[in-house]
Amino acid sequence: MADLSGLKERVREIRNEILSSSGALESSRAAYEKRKEFLDSKKGKIGQLMKEMREVPAEQRAEYGQMVNELKQWAAQRFEEIDRSMKEKELAIRCRAEAIDVTEPAVKALPGRLHPVTQVREELIDVFASMGFEVYEGREIETEYYNFTALNTPQDHPARDMQDTFYLSPEFLLRTQTSAGQIHVMETKRPPIKILSPGRVFRSDDDATHSPMFHQMEGLVVDRHITLGDLKGMLDTFVKKMYGEDAVTRLRPSYFPFTEPSVEVDVSCFACGGKGCALCKGTGWIEVLGAGIVNRRVLENCGIDPEEYSGLAFGIGLERIAMLKYGIGNIKLLFESDLQVLNQIGDQE
Amino acid sequence: MLAPLSWLKDFVDIDVTPEELQEKLFSCGFEVEELRELGAEVSGVVTGLVESCEPIPDTHLYVCRVNAGAHGVFQVCCGADNVAAGRKFPLALVGAQVIETARDHVTVIGTAKITKGKLRGYDSEGMLCSGTELGVTEDMYPGAGYNGLLELPEDAEPGADVKPILGLDDWIFDIAVTANRPDCQSILGIAREVAAVLGKKLRMPALDYTETDVRSDGFDVSVEAPELCPRYIGHYVYDVRIAGSPAWMRRRLALVGHSAISNIVDITNYVLTEIGQPMHAFDSRYLRGNRIVVRRAAKGEKIVTLDEKEFVLNDQNLVICDGEGPVALAGIMGGLHSGIREDTESVVFEAACFARDNIRRTSRALGQSSDSSAAFSRGIYEYTAELGMRRALHLIEELGAGKISATHEDKSAGCLPKSRSMEASLEKICGVLGIAVPEREIIRILTDLDMKPELQGDRLTIQIPPYREDMEAYPDIAEEIIRMYGYDHVESTFLREAQVTMGGRNPRQKTELKLKRMLCAAGACECMHYSFFSPSDLELLALPEEAPERRAIGIVNPINEDLSLMRTTLIPQMIRAISRNQKKATLEGRLFEMANRFEPKNLPLSEYPEEKPALAIGIWGEQESFFTLKGLTETVADTLLLHFSYEPAGRSFLHPGRSARILCEGEEVGCLGQLAYPIGEETDMRVPAYLAELDLDRISKWYGKPARFRPLPKFPEEKRDLALVMEKNVRCGEVEEVIRSACRFVTDVRLFDVYEGLPIPPSMKSMAFTVTFTPEEEAFGADTVDGYVNKILKKLKFTMGIELRS
Repeated sequence: MADLSGLKERVREIRNEILSSSGALESSRAAYEKRKEFLDSKKGKIGQLMKEMREVPAEQRAEYGQMVNELKQWAAQRFEEIDRSMKEKELAIRCRAEAIDVTEPAVKALPGRLHPVTQVREELIDVFASMGFEVYEGREIETEYYNFTALNTPQDHPARDMQDTFYLSPEFLLRTQTSAGQIHVMETKRPPIKILSPGRVFRSDDDATHSPMFHQMEGLVVDRHITLGDLKGMLDTFVKKMYGEDAVTRLRPSYFPFTEPSVEVDVSCFACGGKGCALCKGTGWIEVLGAGIVNRRVLENCGIDPEEYSGLAFGIGLERIAMLKYGIGNIKLLFESDLQVLNQIGDQE
Repeated sequence: MLAPLSWLKDFVDIDVTPEELQEKLFSCGFEVEELRELGAEVSGVVTGLVESCEPIPDTHLYVCRVNAGAHGVFQVCCGADNVAAGRKFPLALVGAQVIETARDHVTVIGTAKITKGKLRGYDSEGMLCSGTELGVTEDMYPGAGYNGLLELPEDAEPGADVKPILGLDDWIFDIAVTANRPDCQSILGIAREVAAVLGKKLRMPALDYTETDVRSDGFDVSVEAPELCPRYIGHYVYDVRIAGSPAWMRRRLALVGHSAISNIVDITNYVLTEIGQPMHAFDSRYLRGNRIVVRRAAKGEKIVTLDEKEFVLNDQNLVICDGEGPVALAGIMGGLHSGIREDTESVVFEAACFARDNIRRTSRALGQSSDSSAAFSRGIYEYTAELGMRRALHLIEELGAGKISATHEDKSAGCLPKSRSMEASLEKICGVLGIAVPEREIIRILTDLDMKPELQGDRLTIQIPPYREDMEAYPDIAEEIIRMYGYDHVESTFLREAQVTMGGRNPRQKTELKLKRMLCAAGACECMHYSFFSPSDLELLALPEEAPERRAIGIVNPINEDLSLMRTTLIPQMIRAISRNQKKATLEGRLFEMANRFEPKNLPLSEYPEEKPALAIGIWGEQESFFTLKGLTETVADTLLLHFSYEPAGRSFLHPGRSARILCEGEEVGCLGQLAYPIGEETDMRVPAYLAELDLDRISKWYGKPARFRPLPKFPEEKRDLALVMEKNVRCGEVEEVIRSACRFVTDVRLFDVYEGLPIPPSMKSMAFTVTFTPEEEAFGADTVDGYVNKILKKLKFTMGIELRS
């Protein structure tokens, strides 16, 4: 029979041993080994104590058992604390070692971008689609009839001159305006009509501010009782969505063969808000589009009764809007495909 | 259109500032592109009376005492040869600004501020000025062209500002006139608008003259081409004395950019500017047969114009002839021989109305233009011809340049120039505008525009003046009213009575936008190239003779040969774009373009050609390869939920061993590959480039394939790696195809390694695939998949002689 007091002594010794040795531990790995030394279910020193139970007289076994169990619980808790603090310490060391210079340059994903003209085009389509406009992309090669005659551009109008228009044959030409598509729509569709015609147009101009190819977006509404007020209202909505709630429009008289009355539409300068700056050349206004009430003859040419229906139309130069929006000075930059240019303009997709 | 304020004031009392007038004109449709103050660069210059003038010894200089009235008396040194006591000259006071000239006293180099100075020991307070130093030319003020001091009139008050004396207190309006208002291409036309917008009366220019009873016997005008010449007026003027024009006329012509020549020629330019009517004067001695015939030129007929250029004409050109042949190119320029000379004694004045498109076409075709042809191209009304002639004859008389005979020939082909009456409903007019303009405003505006409105209930009647041929229907009246009433009165409404419509992109537009966005996400930037390209672009591709791309539509009048063909492929411009980027040291990048290719159904065009959308992709850089490009074409396939397959196939512009045609459901839809080396060399590529072109027109029939959810496998998938040994020429795609076809549970076959070298025999290679098997109704049993693998291996061996690597 073992001496209970001797066993008690061993319990105390083990306890002291744990206390003294655990202070010198240097890693969670060492702590784990040390824990095993005492708490391994088979070979651990505390486990060994449990085995001594058989040697303890029966009436003292309960007391002994409780004593060893207490030791075991205490040791488990003790090692858990050690483990936690070791891990904390190790994590701190690791993080310190892994510290980086956050001011070094970023590593970016390099998505491409939509062309500035596409960006503007899609933005405008979104605005007008929400007002009920469908998108109709007409032909780039048109006939003289659709590009001019049907649009009330008389035979002797300067716009028909060879200088402005690219001809492919006496009859076929490259459209000089997206308005040409209007006629096709009005010939086949009855009012109410609300269409938006974006696309490439061509004019025989080539200098710093003109490109022989550029983009227009034509809007056309044909219904009953369309007025100049509707035109202004629609364009007001457009500029507010495009340039913010404070943007306002100004109409001023102009001339296009296919509208009467015709107006130029200016928007309050989005750079200075109308006070006058370099962008708006001190006027406070920026010319953004031409518009008007559809000429009665144009409706007649399409078999729409001008006594019953009226229409409004507007035409926007997309390059102009893009150039103003992004501060691009030379239209040629848009067609040179220079990645140094394309990569810095507008939203990434 | 240049309009001096002083000239406008002949016809309207202008009581607003030039800036206010600019604003008013702008609001009623006439944008003033430039408003220039004549004497803007000159300030602080007053009339100076030279009281004494002593030479400074041993110099060309004089020291003068100059009396500047209230400004004081100053000592000024001066070197001009015409300085003398008792005369008056412009004196620039200390602090004044004048125009600075070079040493020649003629060349303008800027402006200068006058400071106190010392010349040869003499104080000089101010500067006596020449015309050039004040920006005044001989035509603007007689004597101003003298290279010395500008002498002022005796009655000039010492100390008085010189600007009013020299006419420098004037403003020039440069006004943009829209194409529908040719009547405003004149001082009188602008004055009419000014009068209307200011609510003032218009004073017409003096048009009266006295005809003598002298006639030019037998003089006759006949118009044989009335469709090109609706009106022709000829008037005979005799006892002509060719001389210089008076100062006031020379000044006005100078302000609008005409140099003075002689009284008769100056009168034609003056009338053109003031009334808008081009005039011509023939020396009647050289009108053979004493007659004028207006007709189409005969084919091959020749004329030498005033500027000594010879033109060969055809029946599309209108000519003014005498009894024997052409003496002027109608509306464009007179002939060399019938022009005004110093000894001209009698002239025939011409004021005509020619068809504007004909003048423009002839002018363009011959490459010959003038102020006159520009005016006719914009449009001249019959009314103007008559007005112009009367004004010219008045001026002849006023200038004493000749006597007005009774020989007056007026040939008018049709409608006579008088007012037309137009009726319209007030309700309809306001219906266009969307606002009810007060009736009294409507009456006021139309009265100001000289349209004599009368209103009875809803019915408005107006008289359209003969110079307003642009007025056709009630929307024109609406426009006249609103431009004068003010567009700021228009109230914003939002299609109050219109029906609701559904808007948005159609499925094709949505798909194309989605494709663009996906390509952007894959790192490609969208670019745009012209729809036309160069024959050399086609040559660049080294296409075979029969290639369809060679059948391109030509532009009849291209800007230059490089922009002369409608493109049949997007590839060449993409190659050039890559090359440009590489030249600018952008040595890697990805671009794409989505645009139409043009395919004629017949040439020359007699029906609409096909416009087929295509997608070109171009990538370059050391990191790129055929397979990174294939990744982009696969992005297209994935976006559209399509399966593309690839077959090796060369194109003339691609690397023969690294190019493929792209197939979708067995149909060819495009090609891709590495740029052929010779083309890379020709375009100075520094790093390899890869190109793809897809026919979106063909692919579009599969747009909108619906995405379907496939239930996740209920039972675990199994994967097996198979390393296979095969002949080197066997392609990955073929092996994949056999593996897939051998077992229906195969859902994925993925190449993960290719190996050549020992211990594989030299003519062979090893390809390793991961094959995924997906169970359907029940889980695979323990040996099921091994059975499938065996089946696959058997089929590979049987069909292709491929074996498992041992």
